Amino acid sequence: MIHQYKNNGYNIVMDVESGSIHVVDDIVYDMIAALSHHTDRKQTNDDKIKDYLLEQLPQYDKSEILEAYEEVSYLIDNGSLFSEDPYEEYIGEFTKRQTVVKALCMHVSHDCNLACRYCFAGEGEYHGKRALMSFEVGKKALDFLVNASKGRRNLEVDFFGGEPLMNFEVVKQLVAYGRSLEKEHDKEFRFTITTNGLLLDDEKLDFINQEMDNLVLSLDGRKEVHDRMRPRRGGQGSYDEILPKIKRAAESRKDRDHYIRGTYTRNNLDFSEDVKHLAELGFEQISVEPVVAAPDMEYAIREEDVPQLLEQYDILAKYLLERKRKGCGVNFFHFMIDLTGGPCVAKRLSGCGSGTEYLAVTPDGDLYPCHQFVGMSDFLMGNVDTGVTNTVLQDSFKLCNVYSKTECRDCFARMYCSGGCAANAYNLSGDINGVYEIGCALQRKRVECAIMMKAAQD
Amino acid sequence: MKHIKTLQTRDLKKSMKKGGCGECKTSCQSACKTSCTVGNQSCEKAQ
Repeated sequence: MIHQYKNNGYNIVMDVESGSIHVVDDIVYDMIAALSHHTDRKQTNDDKIKDYLLEQLPQYDKSEILEAYEEVSYLIDNGSLFSEDPYEEYIGEFTKRQTVVKALCMHVSHDCNLACRYCFAGEGEYHGKRALMSFEVGKKALDFLVNASKGRRNLEVDFFGGEPLMNFEVVKQLVAYGRSLEKEHDKEFRFTITTNGLLLDDEKLDFINQEMDNLVLSLDGRKEVHDRMRPRRGGQGSYDEILPKIKRAAESRKDRDHYIRGTYTRNNLDFSEDVKHLAELGFEQISVEPVVAAPDMEYAIREEDVPQLLEQYDILAKYLLERKRKGCGVNFFHFMIDLTGGPCVAKRLSGCGSGTEYLAVTPDGDLYPCHQFVGMSDFLMGNVDTGVTNTVLQDSFKLCNVYSKTECRDCFARMYCSGGCAANAYNLSGDINGVYEIGCALQRKRVECAIMMKAAQD
Repeated sequence: MKHIKTLQTRDLKKSMKKGGCGECKTSCQSACKTSCTVGNQSCEKAQ
């Protein structure tokens, strides 16, 4: 499959199946479009193809066309243009693979000290009761992970909530317990914590910096944007109180992974201004992402908002390139793309791993396919005592891939988003094998921008 | 080439044979938690 587009003065051609990306001039761009429309290119000899191109591209000289065609032919011959899709046959074998659990999202706190209006956890409780995970439940979860991960060495555990700092003593105990298991079982735990920052102090930060591979700090951007959606439980804004704490935390991370993680909604469709605000505050690792919300919520992104949001990504890409040129580059999570060392096809086909490689654990020890399914009784998979007992549900997640979704077959971004988020698909279409159209449109744009930025920096 | 500049990319088809070790991160462990972003991750073997 070929996808070609123009962005910021670059003509970009993607050969989706091989992963090849070409930056081309106008004549090659138009030639590839013409070849894509040829009904029987593979069965037509070279001379006839040349005649076809001369007819299709009257705006160019014959000698130019023939010269450009030599280059295009070379790419076709070496398998980096108009390459075949070998994966559809591979997918049958792939779906029979044995999967192991290698990551847990530990809901150490189903309680929160903020009352964010867009929270998919319903202000922390996940539509259940307020609760904190005990050390005993967490310990069983880590034991479950070590056993279920079989031969996989790297294990990931994210302390999540609600607000995990509300149960920090248990976090510390669980980290210590995890470390005690590493040597005996030949495992390496990579811990992450996601926090709103309100309870961060030096003592907690020291521990986090020593033990956590990644720290995710929630901040939406401009004060008015942040305060509108992330109020305290009493209704007052939280920006002024958390900003100094989050700044201190980000500075203390030095070169260790961390993200300033914001959410944009219909209330700030000019979200590039929020990313700029965060960059100008000095943050260098930023992730600002579209809200996940039921369509009837006033802050939910609507289809008519999409053109403006696509434009925002273009504005943002140019802004980030400019900062990079000036020597003050900022990393924007959704524009990150690893073209040379990125995931293998197996990973790209299997997606995020929810329900198979990645599970969420509630304070009571129940297991769900991921944090976004927590509290939905139809998605209960088992618990830390029994392990995964709902194998029918697990198999349905295992079979969920880019080839199980009709819409993904014709989408150039499928090797980058891997079929998208199962929870978003379920929430918006009623089926984990469905798609969330708005999310897809934004994802496609982000991939295009990310690749354009690579082309600009190459 | 005069008309085409090819960016350096991983050959996805070759990764069918050698990939699938499963040691890489799960996507939601990074920062997102609300969308699936796999293409921006790194392969543990490639590092």
